Amino acid sequence: MTITAVTMPRWGLTMEEGTVTAWLVPVGGSVNVGQELAEVESSKLAGTVEATAGGVVRRTIIEVGATVPVGTLLGVIADASVDDAEIDAFVGTFKPVEVAAGEDESSKPKSVEAGGLRWSYLRSGEGGVPLVLIHGFGGDAAGWGFIQGTIGADQDVIAVDLPGHGNSEKTIRDGSIDAQADAVIGFLDALGIDKAHLAGHSMGGGIAIGIALKAPGRVASLTLLAPVGLGDGINTEYLKGFVAARKRRDLEIVLRQLFANEALVTPALAEEIIRYKRLDGAQPALETLLAALLNGQAQRAQYRDKLGAIKVPVAVIWGAQDRIIPPEHAVGLPASVRVETLAGSGHMPQVEAADQVNKILRETIAKA
Amino acid sequence: MAKKSMRTAINEAIRLEMRRDPTVILLGEDVAGGQGGSADVNDAFGGVLGVTKGLYTEFGPGRVIDTPITESAIMGTAAGAAVSGLRPIAELMFVDFIGVCFDQIFNQAAKFRYMFGGKAQTPMVMRAMTGAGLRAAAQHSQSLHGLFTMVPGLKVVVPSGAYDAKGLLIEAIRDNDPVIFLEHKAMYDLEEEVPDEAYTIPFGEANVLREGKDVTIVALARMVRFSMEAAANLAKIGIEATVIDPRTTSPLDTDTILESVAETGRLVVVDEANPRCSFATDVAALVADQGFKSLKAPIRLVTAPHSPVPFAPNLEDAYIPNAAKIEAAVLSIVSAGGRNAA
Repeated sequence: MTITAVTMPRWGLTMEEGTVTAWLVPVGGSVNVGQELAEVESSKLAGTVEATAGGVVRRTIIEVGATVPVGTLLGVIADASVDDAEIDAFVGTFKPVEVAAGEDESSKPKSVEAGGLRWSYLRSGEGGVPLVLIHGFGGDAAGWGFIQGTIGADQDVIAVDLPGHGNSEKTIRDGSIDAQADAVIGFLDALGIDKAHLAGHSMGGGIAIGIALKAPGRVASLTLLAPVGLGDGINTEYLKGFVAARKRRDLEIVLRQLFANEALVTPALAEEIIRYKRLDGAQPALETLLAALLNGQAQRAQYRDKLGAIKVPVAVIWGAQDRIIPPEHAVGLPASVRVETLAGSGHMPQVEAADQVNKILRETIAKA
Repeated sequence: MAKKSMRTAINEAIRLEMRRDPTVILLGEDVAGGQGGSADVNDAFGGVLGVTKGLYTEFGPGRVIDTPITESAIMGTAAGAAVSGLRPIAELMFVDFIGVCFDQIFNQAAKFRYMFGGKAQTPMVMRAMTGAGLRAAAQHSQSLHGLFTMVPGLKVVVPSGAYDAKGLLIEAIRDNDPVIFLEHKAMYDLEEEVPDEAYTIPFGEANVLREGKDVTIVALARMVRFSMEAAANLAKIGIEATVIDPRTTSPLDTDTILESVAETGRLVVVDEANPRCSFATDVAALVADQGFKSLKAPIRLVTAPHSPVPFAPNLEDAYIPNAAKIEAAVLSIVSAGGRNAA
């Protein structure tokens, strides 16, 4: 009879600990493989822990509200026939396997000089043509945690902090999508990367398209999550509210528009973003980018007509409940583009539908 | 991100601002520490608790000025330097020594802008150590933030940890008015995640550390930690507390306090200072005056007694508010399940 450990997951490279916010199955309840067992929050992300084996939940060791390191035993699944004494012995001798992120060199942000600016990035995994992840307006490399944590197991994955964001320098010389695409090409040069798979979210999606058009030889495939550049419409109230918010509670209300499931906006997430906004230079950088992104109430960069010219595999992923950029922008794209609209997801499919995004991303990479 | 002590966070704030702005200077007793001693050591310690270590070495005697033991001259020099174009950070060492600088701070620095018709500005920061708990006796252990809060023209900052201390001190140095920055001496070694870069936290913005529906706890500095400890214990018996750290007593974020009491209906104010004419009575008066209709129960104050800080360790420990006293105050107005206590 097997006894299966349920442990604190590690979502992305920077997660060191997580908080159990709910047990979804009580002790004595039976579960199937893949069933949601517990809700967990890190400072960046909130999600669910799924059962990796079927059976009965025999122990829930970590109480709701407790914060524990990655790898800690949260609970135990086993068949109903397994002795309590065996379960207790398993719990008593359990040793966490994963090292905490802080102790693992590869999990630390790295930096490189490109175009006269200091860029920060997270790099994990080995082999293959690198996958470069480009975040959106106000985001950062760590926001790709669910993606980098999974695909980084198979290959080289680089999540970049764009200038003005995360740990990168907060100077924006030209906030246009076109100029940002040039800047990221400079970043690839600095890392000595000739060719990469690109995945971009929102503003980062527009930047990825820009790179594919400017330097087609450098791009192996393109996965676009709710990208800018495919239509006029964009939620300017969200963007302006994000820039204006100074208090955590005000920002929390603004951020709810990002998700279909508003419970994913935790106070910890809002605090993290407020702390970023307080850094010298962050606020002016966001204002510069916002002015460059918008043309009145509409998006400035327009790539819709040029998407068909891209010769590498292109996938477009959109949350059906996106309230920032309308999912209708995915309609009527060239036949060469794979389009996936994900039910139950808002503007953040890399968080709300990470499993599906990982699957599509892997398929797109495999097609190249 | 690296964990740093409050001592390191304050040192970084001063260092980054001195690098950024050549008009920022530091003056006070022992701020260079050990300089000129027989061992020919410069910058050996950096303040009595090592907060300014290394600044003399980096910025030299022109910008890090080790003064004689003359507190009134330190504050008078800083006020004059500020009004004529520098941004001095003047260290008083222990806040208990403020008595000899009352005129320089209360009657000069705080009044320049007003007396000169808005044409003068006084961008100075007075740093001082505050609080009990280090067996330093009655003349080196007081919490005097209430005195400064009483005087219009001063901004008063009382940080509760390393992250806030760095952001609030950079904000204080860049502010164009006199700022009183009070560092709880029992918190210098406490570590938090602190970015390497410069950042600012605006004055008058409370930090809501925890949200609960049953009671609002308002606390400053070291009392914030004790309040969080109490809130965690109360949660185990089904009482959910909101914990608010105003960060600055002047300006005070009255909106956040009143909005929270409107939701919870109950208020406990925790203050390490003596209880009369204090921050605790000030917040209680605010809520009694402007939030009375929300109240479901009496306001409770958890403070030190109206006595000097005792030297005897057992008496000093009994003097300082702690988590158990905060829990008892909450339980006197709310019982498990969120109803009023009988």
